[in-house]
Amino acid sequence: MSQRPTLHVTIVTAERTVYDGEAEMVNAPGSEGQLGILPRHAPLLTLLKVGELRVRHGGADEGFFIGGGFLEVNRNVVTVLADDAERASTIDESKAEEARRRAEAILAQRPEGMDEAAVAAELERAVGRLHVADLHRRRGGRAARPPSDQELGG
Amino acid sequence: MPSTREIRRRIRSVKNVGQITKAVQMVASSKMRRAQDRVYSSRPYSEQLITLLARLSSQAAGEEDLPLMRVRPAHNAAIVLLTPDRGLAGALSANVIRRAAALVNELHQETGNPNLGVRYIAVGRKGRDWVVRSGQRLLAEFTQLGDQPRLGDIRAIARTITDAFIAEQVDLVYLVYPKFVSTLSQVPTPLQLLPVRPPSEAEEEGPTPQYIYEPDAVTIFSELLPRYVETLIYQPYLETIASFYAAQLVAMKNATDNANDLAADLTLTYNKARQAAITTQILEVVAGAGG
Repeated sequence: MSQRPTLHVTIVTAERTVYDGEAEMVNAPGSEGQLGILPRHAPLLTLLKVGELRVRHGGADEGFFIGGGFLEVNRNVVTVLADDAERASTIDESKAEEARRRAEAILAQRPEGMDEAAVAAELERAVGRLHVADLHRRRGGRAARPPSDQELGG
Repeated sequence: MPSTREIRRRIRSVKNVGQITKAVQMVASSKMRRAQDRVYSSRPYSEQLITLLARLSSQAAGEEDLPLMRVRPAHNAAIVLLTPDRGLAGALSANVIRRAAALVNELHQETGNPNLGVRYIAVGRKGRDWVVRSGQRLLAEFTQLGDQPRLGDIRAIARTITDAFIAEQVDLVYLVYPKFVSTLSQVPTPLQLLPVRPPSEAEEEGPTPQYIYEPDAVTIFSELLPRYVETLIYQPYLETIASFYAAQLVAMKNATDNANDLAADLTLTYNKARQAAITTQILEVVAGAGG
């Protein structure tokens, strides 16, 4: 068996399965810092924070927005239980921008009975979405491919 | 015998009703399928969550002091009542409500507290109306969430429940919903939400892997619990929608069949009346000619 092992990755939210496929590497926003997961990783269970999760498949990275959740690694199977998740290529930036402005407005006005933690979390997710969409664009737009040296330099 | 014109009017109105029920039936059928798809696509998440929770509950044993798992003497209970917002679905809502009433009796016996206070959290208008009409205590209501609820709405329900539990306003929380078994069968089912009883691990191949925990097992466990409560509401909510359309489909199919039968009967009566009238006229003409 000389074939290199791969990871099987599933990203699920309460509503749907966002990704289900093979990968050579996963890069995840762990609560204790960015995590790189390769095949034969030891069993791991970690919290995720809001951020970008990258799945490397066929030498190309695909970005996902993750709105917090859990990540489990066990026997080359990576399972992401996300509170919110979306492919970077499908993020609606104008909607995220609007959500960001709305959350900021609420935080500035501080209306009676505001659930500050919830609004702050909303804001964090909107900012995270915009950031992930931005990273995706820099990496070369729609097609998932590795960044060129030029892009990395810029 | 009613006049032919009267019968004709009734035939027309019965056929109109039949057309409407037929249309509602078709809409319900396609919406039921979509609701079922939603139930299926949300399953991987809840299954994974339950597996993780089961594995962790052995690791986090001895940490029963987590707020959502605290078992207290029961003074007050809350029942989350999942019902549809609309009717025309046969006895679906009534069955759920009846099951909830039976649950109250069971709780009185189980807790050994005949003075157990029961409050309702109504999700869906039919349940809300019943609670208000029968003069019971309503803790909160969530209506018009739609066929495709946003997770934020579900989280709001979960928050209301967990906040009330942590503030010790309620010591037990149950949920009653119409479980979707098939198009023909929806079973009102009760479910305990709080205190959380972690699922026990199903027989799995091999022992629990020796995880590296970040930050640590207890923190992860306590983060999993509220999500577990959310899925225990989200899944039943989706099934309530599927059950509603299934029940509506069957109710409307029966109504359409009845309308068709009635129209057939009335047509027969109409033809008989018409024939009788013609016969009388012919007899009159013949009698007139003969005289």
